[in-house]
Amino acid sequence: MELNSKIPDGSLDQKWTKYKGNVRLVNPANKRSIDVIVVGTGLAGASAAASLAEMGYSVKALCFQDSPRRAHSIAAQGGINAAKNYMNDGDSTYRLFYDTIKGGDYRSREANVHRLAEVSANIIDQCVAQGVPFARDYGGLLDNRSFGGTQVSRTFYAKGQTGQQLLLGAYSALSRQIGKGTVEMLNRHEMLDVVIVDGKARGIIARNLVTGELERHSAHAVVLCTGGYGNVFFLSTNAMGSNVTAAWRAHKRGAAFGNPCFTQIHPTCIPVSGDHQSKLTLMSESLRNDGRIWVPKHKEDVEAIRAKRLKPQDIPEDRRDYYLERRYPAFGNLVPRDIASRAAKERCDEGFGVNATGEAVYLDFSSAIIRYGKAQANVKGIHNATDQQIIELGTKVVEQKYGNLFQMYEQIVAENPYTTPMMIYPAVHYTMGGLWVDYELMTSVPGLYACGEANFSDHGANRLGASALMQGLADGYFVLPYTIGNYLADEIRTGKISTQSPEFEEAEKNVRKQIDSLLNNNGTEPVDHYHRRLGKVMWNECGMARTEKGLKWAIAEIQQIRKEFYANARVPNQSLYMNTELAKALRVADFIDLGELMCWDALNRNESCGGHFREEYQTEDGEALRDDENFKYVSAWEWSGDPSAPKLNKEELIYENIKVQQRSYK
Amino acid sequence: MEKGMNLKLKVWRQKSTADKGGIVDYNVNNVSPDMSFLEMIDVLNEDLVKKGDDPVAFDHDCREGICGMCSMFINGEAHGPNRGVTTCQLHMRSFKDGDTVYVEPWRSEGFPVIKDLMVNRGAFDRIQQAGGFVSVNTSGRTMDANAIPIPKEDADKAFDAATCIGCGACVATCPNGSAMLFVGAKVSQFALLPQGQVERKDRVLNMVKQMDEEGFGNCSNIGACEVQCPKNISLEVIARMNREYLTANVKPEN
Ligand SMILES: Cc1cc2nc3c(=O)[nH]c(=O)nc-3n(C[C@H](O)[C@H](O)[C@H](O)COP(=O)(O)OP(=O)(O)OC[C@H]3O[C@@H](n4cnc5c(N)ncnc54)[C@H](O)[C@@H]3O)c2cc1C
Ligand code: SF4
Ligand code: FES
Repeated sequence: MELNSKIPDGSLDQKWTKYKGNVRLVNPANKRSIDVIVVGTGLAGASAAASLAEMGYSVKALCFQDSPRRAHSIAAQGGINAAKNYMNDGDSTYRLFYDTIKGGDYRSREANVHRLAEVSANIIDQCVAQGVPFARDYGGLLDNRSFGGTQVSRTFYAKGQTGQQLLLGAYSALSRQIGKGTVEMLNRHEMLDVVIVDGKARGIIARNLVTGELERHSAHAVVLCTGGYGNVFFLSTNAMGSNVTAAWRAHKRGAAFGNPCFTQIHPTCIPVSGDHQSKLTLMSESLRNDGRIWVPKHKEDVEAIRAKRLKPQDIPEDRRDYYLERRYPAFGNLVPRDIASRAAKERCDEGFGVNATGEAVYLDFSSAIIRYGKAQANVKGIHNATDQQIIELGTKVVEQKYGNLFQMYEQIVAENPYTTPMMIYPAVHYTMGGLWVDYELMTSVPGLYACGEANFSDHGANRLGASALMQGLADGYFVLPYTIGNYLADEIRTGKISTQSPEFEEAEKNVRKQIDSLLNNNGTEPVDHYHRRLGKVMWNECGMARTEKGLKWAIAEIQQIRKEFYANARVPNQSLYMNTELAKALRVADFIDLGELMCWDALNRNESCGGHFREEYQTEDGEALRDDENFKYVSAWEWSGDPSAPKLNKEELIYENIKVQQRSYK
Repeated sequence: MEKGMNLKLKVWRQKSTADKGGIVDYNVNNVSPDMSFLEMIDVLNEDLVKKGDDPVAFDHDCREGICGMCSMFINGEAHGPNRGVTTCQLHMRSFKDGDTVYVEPWRSEGFPVIKDLMVNRGAFDRIQQAGGFVSVNTSGRTMDANAIPIPKEDADKAFDAATCIGCGACVATCPNGSAMLFVGAKVSQFALLPQGQVERKDRVLNMVKQMDEEGFGNCSNIGACEVQCPKNISLEVIARMNREYLTANVKPEN
C-alpha cells in the first residue's frame, strides 16, 4: 500500500493558506447533484454535515442514537482549547502547535497539527455566534482555564458541560439544515459496510436498528465521523454504544488503520466498584486545576484508611505524598494524562492505593476551597473571617466551577467530595489511533474520509486535554469542507450512483450472512460475556503498561475468545425488530478483531511513547523511553483478510520545525 | 460479601408500536446497592438472554446523565424517586430488599412506544428543526468571540436553560403531556443572548407551532415537569416563552 500524506509544500505557517488558495472548487449548481454521506453526528459529524449541506451538497447523515443530539461528544466535560490568547499569558498558534506535538510525544504530523492550531480561534467565534453559552467573567468576556500539559490558560468551557453545549450548537446548525431539507437525517441507523466501486467509496450498507432491515445508500463520498474505540476495553468512559464498527468495516475494505495501540488512559476517573460495572465515569481534567493528587506517605496510614479507621481528612500534611508535585515540580498536578496515569498506577502498584481494591488515589480540593474562600472574604470585605466562613465561601466558588461534576461523583460514590477528597483511578478514555488519513482527511480509500476521534491524525501518542473537541469541530467546520471539494471536483459528471451494482449486492449479502450466522448460532453465552473477557485481556496486557510477553499472550487469548464467540455467543432470534443484542454482537465481533490488531501494534512498537508504555523501554526514573531512530513513524496497518496476520506500512514522520526532544515536565 | 437485595420487577413489555403490551413480572436477585438502575436491568437482560428470551429493550448510552437517552418511568415517576438525576444516575441504594418496582416507558401521544421501554422522541428533533438555532453560516468568518460582551448573569441563565438534555421526562410526567418545559428552555437560551435577538419572534412562533402540531398538550401550570426534570430546568422558562410568544404575536405598527 502506498501512503501519500499529501502535505502541501511551503513553510509550515503558509501550508494551509496556500492549500486553500489553490484547492479545486465545485460550483454551487454542481454541488446539488453531488451526494455525500456523513456517518456520525458528534462534533465532527454534525459540524461536517451542517457545513457540507450549507455549501450546497446533498447530505445524508446517520447516527445510531435516537437523535443526533445524543452523540458521545455530549459527555465531554472540561473544555475546548483555542489559541485566542485572551488571557494575554503568552499563548499563540505556534505555542498551541508546539504543546500538541510535544504532548503527543512527537508522534504526530507537523502540518496537520499546525493547521489545527491555526483554525482553533475561529471555532470559538463560530460557537459564540451560534449561541453557545460559554462561561464568562464578570466583565462579560469569555473565561478560560488551564488543562494538563500546558502552561497557559487557553481552555474555553461551559461549566462541566462543554461537550454538551458545543454539540448542541453543532446540532442546532445541523437541525437548521434538516429543517431546510438539505440534510436527510437517519437516526437509529448503524453503518455496517462501505461499498467500493472501481476503487472508490461509493456508498454504505446500513441497518435500520428499529426495523432490522438492511439499506443501501449511495454517494460520491463517504465521511466517517464515528468516534473512538475505547470500548474495546469493555470498561471505559465512552458511552455504551461507542464502537469501532464503521471504522473497522472500512479497514476491511482497504482503509489503513493508524497507530491502533495509542490509547489514552485518563488519570481522573471514578474507580471500579464491582463486577456489575458497565462503564466508568470521568471526573474532568479541569479538576486538576484546583485538586491536588495524593496518597499517604506511610503504609500504616493506608491500612488504617482501608480499614476505615482513618479518614483522609485526618492525615496530616506531612504524612501525605503529593507525588505529582514531588516528581514533576514544573507542571505538578497538571502534567499530561499519560504521565499522571502512570504515576497513579506506580503508587498503587507499590501498595499505596486508598480503597479496598487498592486502586484509587485522592483528588483533594481542601487547599483550593481555603484559597478561594480567603479571596472571596477579601472581595466581600469580610475581615477576620472565621475558618468556617472561609470554607463556606470557598465551597461556593468550587461549586460554581465544578458543581455538576461533584454532584455526579456524589451520585455514584455516595460521598460528599466537598468535605472528603475524591477517590480516583485511571480509566480508558480516548483513542489517538484511528483510520489513517492524509492531509485532506482522506483515508487510503479514495472518496472515504475520516474526521474527529475516528481518524488518527493530530494527537500522536497522547492527546492533550480539551483538544479532542477542538479537533472534531476543526475537521468538520473548517477542514473537510475545503478538502473534500478537491476530490468531488472530479465527480460533477458522475451522476447519481446506482445501488443496484454487483458491489452493493455483494456488500449487502456479506452483512446479511454475518447477521444470519449470529442469529442462528444457538450458543449459550450473551455477547457481553465475550466483551468483558476481551476487555480484561486488553486492560491487563495492552493498557497502562505493556510487555512483549504479555502482548504475545494476549494475542493468543484474543484468538481464543474469537473462536469461542463465533461458536457459542447467543443472540436472541425471536425477531429482527429492535434487536439490541444483535447490534451489540456485531460491534463485539469487530472489537475482537481490533483488539488483536492493537496488540500487534503494541508488540511492534519497541519503544515507549505517550500512552504507549512498554515496560522494557523506560529510563532509570521510570519515564517513557522513546526510540526516534527506529520508531519515528506512523504504523498504518493494512487488512490482509486474516485478523491474525495484519500487514504493516510505515509513514515516516518528518520534523522540520520542531526539534525532537525527550519530553520533560520536570 | 454481604448479600444483595432481592427485587420484584413489574416491567412493561410491548413487542412493537402496534402491540398492546402489558406488565410482566420478573425477580432480580442479589442486587448490589452500588449498581445503577440500568446495571440492574442489564443483569435481568443477561438472565433473559441466557434463557433464550427476548431482553427488555430500553434506551441508554452515556450512563452519566447527559445524553438524555435513558427514559424510564419508575414507580410512577419519570427517572424514578430521586430528584435532579436521570434513570442512569439512579443507584440501587435508593431501594430496599423486597421492594416491588414498576418500570414503564414514557407515555405520551407525542412519544409512541417503539418497543418495551423505548419510545420515539423524534418530535423533539422536529421542534428543534423548526427554529431552535441561530441562522449563522458555519464559515467561522463571523466576528471575534469577545466582540459582544454578555453580562455574566445573562450568560449563566442562558447556560442553565441550555442544560436541558431533551430526555422528555417533562412530557412524560405532565398530565397534559405538555412539552412547554423543553421548548421553553431552548427559547429562553436564545432569548437571553444577543445572538438570538434577530430571529427572536420567528423562533418562538415556529417552535410553538411545531410543538402544537406534534400533539403535545397545553400547560396548565401544574409544575410536575419542573419537579421531575433531571436538570432542574425552572418553570421560569415557560413564563418567558409565554411572554416571548405574546410579544411576537403583537403585530408591529407601521
Ligand atoms: C467522558 C468524556 C469526557 C470528555 N471530555 C473532553 C473534554 O473536556 N475536552 C475534549 O476536548 N475532549 C473530551 N473528550 C473527548 C471527546 O469528547 C471526543 O473525542 C469527541 O467528542 C469525539 O467526537 P466525534 O465527533 O469524533 O465522535 P462522537 O461524538 O463519539 O460521535 C460518534 C457518532 O458516530 C455515530 N456512529 C458511530 N458508529 C456508527 C455506525 N456504525 N453507524 C452509524 N453511526 C455511527 C454515533 O451515533 C455518533 O453520532 C471526552 C470524552 C469522554 C469520554
Ligand atoms: S426540560 Fe428537563 S425533563 Fe424536559 S427534556 Fe429537558 S431535561 Fe428532560
Ligand atoms: S444514559 Fe445518557 S442520560 Fe442516561
